[in-house]
Amino acid sequence: MSNLVASAAGRVADRGPHIPPRTSPVDQIYVEERAAALGKRSIKKATKVAGLKLAVRMMDLTTLEGKDTPGKVRSLCAKALRPLEHDASVGPVGAVCVYPNMVPVAVDCLRGSGVHVASVATAFPSGLSPLPIKLDDVRRAVGFGADEIDMVIDRGAMLSGEYAKVYDEIVQTKEACGQAHLKVILETGELGSYDVVRHASDIAMAAGADFIKTSTGKVTPAATPPVTLVMLEAIRDHYYATGKRIGMKPAGGIRTAKQALHYLVLVKETLGDAWLTPELFRFGASTLLNDVLMQLEKERTQAYQGADYFSKE
Amino acid sequence: MTMQKTPRTKAQITPRPDAARPAGPALEFGDAWTYAPAPEARDHVKLKSRYDLFVDGRWQPAKKYFPTISPSTEEKLAEVAEASPEDVDRAVSAARRAYERVWSKMKPGERGKYIYRIARRIQEKSRELAVVESLDGGKPIKESRDVDVPISAAHFFYYAGWADKLAYAFPGAGARPLGVAGQVIPWNFPLLMAAWKIAPALACGNTVVLKPAETTPLTALLLAQICEEIDLPPGVVNIVTGAGATGSALVSHPGVDKVAFTGSTAVGKRIQQALAGTSKRLTLELGGKAANIVFADAALDQAVEGIISGIFFNQGHVCCAGSRLLVEESVHDLVVKKLRDRMMTLRVGDPLDKNTDVGAINSRMQLDKIKELVAAGEREGAERFSTPCALPQKGFWFSPTIFTGVTLSHRIAREESFGPVLSILTFRTPEEAIEKANNTFYGLSAGIWTDKGAKLFWLASRLKAGVVWGNTYNKFDPTSPFGGYKESGFGREGGRAGLAPYLEIDG
Repeated sequence: MSNLVASAAGRVADRGPHIPPRTSPVDQIYVEERAAALGKRSIKKATKVAGLKLAVRMMDLTTLEGKDTPGKVRSLCAKALRPLEHDASVGPVGAVCVYPNMVPVAVDCLRGSGVHVASVATAFPSGLSPLPIKLDDVRRAVGFGADEIDMVIDRGAMLSGEYAKVYDEIVQTKEACGQAHLKVILETGELGSYDVVRHASDIAMAAGADFIKTSTGKVTPAATPPVTLVMLEAIRDHYYATGKRIGMKPAGGIRTAKQALHYLVLVKETLGDAWLTPELFRFGASTLLNDVLMQLEKERTQAYQGADYFSKE
Repeated sequence: MTMQKTPRTKAQITPRPDAARPAGPALEFGDAWTYAPAPEARDHVKLKSRYDLFVDGRWQPAKKYFPTISPSTEEKLAEVAEASPEDVDRAVSAARRAYERVWSKMKPGERGKYIYRIARRIQEKSRELAVVESLDGGKPIKESRDVDVPISAAHFFYYAGWADKLAYAFPGAGARPLGVAGQVIPWNFPLLMAAWKIAPALACGNTVVLKPAETTPLTALLLAQICEEIDLPPGVVNIVTGAGATGSALVSHPGVDKVAFTGSTAVGKRIQQALAGTSKRLTLELGGKAANIVFADAALDQAVEGIISGIFFNQGHVCCAGSRLLVEESVHDLVVKKLRDRMMTLRVGDPLDKNTDVGAINSRMQLDKIKELVAAGEREGAERFSTPCALPQKGFWFSPTIFTGVTLSHRIAREESFGPVLSILTFRTPEEAIEKANNTFYGLSAGIWTDKGAKLFWLASRLKAGVVWGNTYNKFDPTSPFGGYKESGFGREGGRAGLAPYLEIDG
């Protein structure tokens, strides 16, 4: 055990001194005002349909429950591949996101489809297990075939000022991912202020995150427009400084098509066209898809259909 | 992943910052996902083809009429009466009668009730007022809907509450109304300026004759309709439309006890000269060339939002616009880069489109003034960046514009452009920021962006400006006094201080 820790620390040390990046302050009042203002964009007709179809392709369709079964996951994958049976122009979704034990089932269902298999790992959702166990969690999920890993940061370390620990864990998780993409969950609902969110975003990006993600979905509040805006601004500054495009994933609490469009507006007007793609923006959601489908059907038929016309999973 | 060990923002201290070619990766704001047109409906608005003068509670014809157009399409919206000196005289006489027989004798609480009714009626008609404001003035519907109209109602609500509490506004002193107020307002916030003028005047027991600007008379006329609808006693509020000659007749009328003017410094000076030697009270709210000061320690992304709101809100037709950006030299390049990217997302066009951020320039005359000053900026050697957005063929338009490399001696750093044109200067120390901020003959407003509270207050107390915003900009509230130093005028509007100009205060 202690050997493992030592060797892990050694690998980090090889990269040189790990000084977490400097960070910028965030003004709470103004960032909330800006996020709210962007929520007032009027998104109608063709814009709405295009936005909702994009949102479907950006979705990480998620099930993260203790009661998940292979059957549930297979059902979710079917929905991921063809969200609307009579309209092939809708979907498929960006990825299916499951616990590690469910990864083989998802891989089996989605093989060759282009839909990614994302797995939460690193002792999700708390992250409060020894690092070797968390890294092993990652390696096994990747071994099962996950090509995207959603890790959690050590929020306790972040809040107590152990920034180097937060940073090192991300670096090592990234190594454990190999070719798999790494999404770093900050769990913004536990970080207490936008300043800490901004700092954690900067640390995660410097440490090698491919995506930064707001929340596990297990903590309230989860994603909000202003916290997403703060993270998008961090991504923008990282891009200005390095030329590297980091992805963004708001997750948790996004349940309606209207909310999804609000997030797309935030991306469009903060980071621009390059980020309006599933490669760089994802929604982590379990119940959002059906509301989006309902709105798409409403635009197509000019009438709302009952919730039971859409499969629950 | 190789670790990036360079500092997050490379220091680029070049002798001459080059905003035209910002270094590093650039964002693209194109058409990957475009917003479809989202026009606010205007079919619920029924404008009359011709508006008479609202005098003594009735609509009275004038000898001459002039058209008012939409600056975004140049379509004629209506014809409006041009009040002659005789018309103004009738209006002032009506106001005098109403003052002596009704309004000054009314119980203050009853006065308050009328003012509350105006406020509520503005809320009820808010959609119509917002659409007409955007049609007649060119400002984006989101601003008329979310700023102009609600704050107008808020002013009436606020001052209605003061009507029966004037004794508490100035404790121990007697407070009496002045009589008839002659009020002349500008075209940038037509309804809101009418509210700023009329609400405190009425609450204090005065009657008013108000002249709206010739390019934006319609919402003041709708306000006259509201006065009619709520049964305001005849003559308490009179609206006389017209141009400069009408305004001149109003302020120089011997029956006027108090003059309140908001507009250009040049006209303000002429009014002050005309009133010299008379017993008339005067308040002036004139031009500005506000410094918006951004420190390196500020929340820069939010500061950029404040810069945008400071200069592009209402096309920059704002007397307190943050038209001089003073940015700490160490973050100049980064701030300019962020600002340019942010400007690329500004949507310029149809004022009635709910997604429009920047509307039409109010008039051809104003457009010509802006163009002249911008040309001077280029001649003087400052570097210009204007967003490459497509502008409509008809109407009066100007792309959001910034100038870098501006010095204090440039005309674009000294003269008010009253348009979407920002001049960017740098400073190195807080002392230098104060010196540069105060080096103007104006003194209406200023903004400070810093993460350090102590620095913010230290600076605010040293700026010669009537309003200083800290980590925000262009925020208006009826409880907050507004007014200028130096050639930005004198007297305060808003808050308890806004009562004083409409009262005789003894003791």
